[in-house]
Amino acid sequence: MRHEGRALRGGVALVLVAGFVLPIVAGLGQTARAAFGIMPAIGATDWSLDPWRQLLALPGFGTSLRLSLVTGIGSTLLALALAAGFCALMHGRMRHAAMGRLLTPFLAAPHAALAIGLAFLLAPSGWIARILSPWATGWDRPPDLATVNDGWGMALMVGLLIKEVPFLLLVIGSALGQLPVRQHLAAGRALGYGAGVVWVKVIFPQVYPLIRLPVFIVLAFALSVVDMAIVLGPSNPPTLAVAIIRWFSAPDTALFLPASAAAFLQALLVVAAIGAWMGAEWIVKTLGLWWVRRGGRGHSAEPGHWAASSVVVVLMGLGVLALASLVVWSFAWRWSYPQALPQSWSLKGWMAPQSGWGRAMQATLVIGVSATVLSVLLAVAWLEGEDRARRGRAAWAQALIYMPLLVPQVGFLYGLNVLFLQMGISGGMGAVIWAQMLFVFPYVMIALSDPWRALDPQHMRAAAALGASPWRRLVAVKLPMLVRPLATAAAIGFAVSVAQYLPTLFMGAGRIATLTTEAVTLASGSDRRIVGIYAVLQAGLPFLAYGLALALPAVLYRNRRGMRGGI
Amino acid sequence: MRSLMIAALGLGLATPALADWQSTLDAARGQTVYWNAWGGDARTNAFIAWVGTQTEAQYGVKVEQVKLTSTADAVTRVIAEKAAGQDSGGAVDLIWINGPNFLSMKEQGLLHGPFASGLPNAKYLDLSANAAASVDFTVPVEGYESAWRLARFVFTYDSAVVMEPPKDMAGFLAYAQANPGRVTHPDVSDFMGATFLKQALIEMAPDAAVLQEPVTDATFVATTAPLWDWYDSLRPLMWRQGETFPENQSVQQQMLNDGEVDFGVSFDPASAAGAIAEGLLPDTARVFVPQGGSIGNISFVAIPYNAANREGAEVVANFLLAPATQAHQQNIEVLGSFSVLDAARLTVEEAALFAALPSSPALPKLQDLGPTLLEPHASWMTKLVEAWGQRYTK
Repeated sequence: MRHEGRALRGGVALVLVAGFVLPIVAGLGQTARAAFGIMPAIGATDWSLDPWRQLLALPGFGTSLRLSLVTGIGSTLLALALAAGFCALMHGRMRHAAMGRLLTPFLAAPHAALAIGLAFLLAPSGWIARILSPWATGWDRPPDLATVNDGWGMALMVGLLIKEVPFLLLVIGSALGQLPVRQHLAAGRALGYGAGVVWVKVIFPQVYPLIRLPVFIVLAFALSVVDMAIVLGPSNPPTLAVAIIRWFSAPDTALFLPASAAAFLQALLVVAAIGAWMGAEWIVKTLGLWWVRRGGRGHSAEPGHWAASSVVVVLMGLGVLALASLVVWSFAWRWSYPQALPQSWSLKGWMAPQSGWGRAMQATLVIGVSATVLSVLLAVAWLEGEDRARRGRAAWAQALIYMPLLVPQVGFLYGLNVLFLQMGISGGMGAVIWAQMLFVFPYVMIALSDPWRALDPQHMRAAAALGASPWRRLVAVKLPMLVRPLATAAAIGFAVSVAQYLPTLFMGAGRIATLTTEAVTLASGSDRRIVGIYAVLQAGLPFLAYGLALALPAVLYRNRRGMRGGI
Repeated sequence: MRSLMIAALGLGLATPALADWQSTLDAARGQTVYWNAWGGDARTNAFIAWVGTQTEAQYGVKVEQVKLTSTADAVTRVIAEKAAGQDSGGAVDLIWINGPNFLSMKEQGLLHGPFASGLPNAKYLDLSANAAASVDFTVPVEGYESAWRLARFVFTYDSAVVMEPPKDMAGFLAYAQANPGRVTHPDVSDFMGATFLKQALIEMAPDAAVLQEPVTDATFVATTAPLWDWYDSLRPLMWRQGETFPENQSVQQQMLNDGEVDFGVSFDPASAAGAIAEGLLPDTARVFVPQGGSIGNISFVAIPYNAANREGAEVVANFLLAPATQAHQQNIEVLGSFSVLDAARLTVEEAALFAALPSSPALPKLQDLGPTLLEPHASWMTKLVEAWGQRYTK
């Protein structure tokens, strides 16, 4: 029995290392070689530091770097503080399941769609300005105000926050489920602390270690985001990740080498930022311990929680309006400033699926379902392997699983592409499905690990006592009991797949058009109405998947009340 | 220099003889051509889809558009394929290409050819040494790319808002002084943003003739000095004080439609008429060109050296040059871009196809567009973009 567990574990680990880790390392290696002057295709064959010198001399490099750091680290810090404050206030006032439903649209909406909607909402000629003009503002024509694409990256940070805060709320929510929050609150209040202070001094320090990895993922993502930064960020110069894409696509191929150096730097930047974050954790821990042990009870933390919660509500309001504006655009014909609603409506875009969205949707579904099913199978195999070995997850295994989320995509995708071409396996559906799995699998693991471990081992022991084999226990007891988290994990995985841009573009040789690649391409055009259609579909598909995930257990177990409860 | 070009052109004419065309057609049947073309314009995308239906019906060649956000993405892909040693069966069959990207690919030997002058429909083109269809940004085409559509640099504006558009590039300064924050141009990393600067450079250069030669440090400094004087005065008066720019021409057109700025730019004289028909600009939108004329060039299609469906790509390139195709393309309800064919080489029936096309008040007459100014040598654009970055990207 132990032997079988080990075989399963070994098999899954092998798939992970050979399928996920090695290609990423190899891709990074290719990028690193080019960063140091080796790229035979453009006649560069000598090791040198010139690419780095060139990079330093590129106009705006310093500003791009600073922009990336400020928006990346700033939005992560803010998102964490806002999510923590919101949870402190809302815990106990709102059921976890209700919160999950509230967050679904934000988790499901792809970054690109949200960014496009938000850009329209906030622009000086955008929806908010149109609703208020000219009667309240006196603006007969849009003012020249930097409300989006501002030089500090504020609009980009708002966009990032709208996506990151709900994600952190979700992980904080499930972390709170593992802690005896009520008892802590009662004990704290009995000792004379205000409820808000208990959250800051007692509960949050216990939550943080459980959500540390998601925080790193948010940090890595915010530092290297491309699609959102193109739409909402400044352009002259843009953030580092966008600048890299620009340099890679400049007609002058000599820029390839400094672009590779920058892509490598982008990977280093994430490593350094996580390192700095860990250093800051240590400082906060040391100071915090001293502060907690001092035992002061005086301050009330509630105003802070209220302020954070208000900001979260405003952010969610902006997110909802941004998505709503895209729905309105998809049915509009002419909609000019300062009309609050379109002057004329049309179904033209929706009536012509053959113009592109029909096929893109088909490809999105095929890729999304395949990548999700494979990822869920792999995740179940991994978790079952852990169970059978009766061992927790080692730190190295944790690092392997989440590596694709921590290494910036621009850092390894180009190199990986070259590698794939050498092996002759680019441009196919299979390559795209695999590349998306790199990112789908870790999210499925995040969603599935905690409920899997929370399963009461008594059931397994009872089944074993009744003579059920390990496989039978898995198929007949464990999986049916886990239908709800499995469905949720699959829905999250599907949403992640739908949103993938760079992997689909690179691995599909540009030939595989999904809703997201089409939406981002069209966002470089000017037709918000078409972008609206794609964005609605792009956000709608994952939304449907979440709906199915909620409905499935209810339908399957309509006669078994005990099986319907949320974990 | 010129004799060299003519010699090269002769070479181009000699290789794929017309007799071989039937074998090309035979080999092409059943192929699917992956045409890599910028995908930001819905009308162009629809036209390419139409081309696919036609070539499939007539020659059994399917066309799949690979929609690019930037043409350089396709160049990058071919380079990646070459890096990986994939010298045949490449993913890119046909690229909509121009200027610096063409120069870059041609110099690195990434293009198939010469093929263009051997296409049967090349007989409709004026391929003499200095004709528009045989030089691309002063770089001799030499049969490595085939003409497709005519591009002219124009400004779009709303005639209900702007009563008197600027007469020339210098006039934009006076306009911005009277209307601060209403003028902008696409980001200079974008082709159209660079073209805005080139148009001003041609108008302001003390000696415009040097622009046809490869740039040197000395000619660059002397030639661009008046441009930078003008731009330094204009920039603080531009939208967002010239600190940020729309990503490309389409985003700028959207800003024009939203009323955030007063001018759009385009390489298509029919863009205003087309955008009105699509509901993307108000009915009062019009185009204008600076008095002294504007930059014009021809858009080409090229075939990478390792294209998997080379014959199919040649068939498509040839189909694009058919008079009926060019007339369809010039139709304002389709694409509205002017024909690349030499009108003198058309038969009466073929010329009638063009005469019968519908018109629109927003569509300028050919004579309203003034003279076509030649694109500067491609090295000027590279250097100009670089210098702009050094001056204004901080």
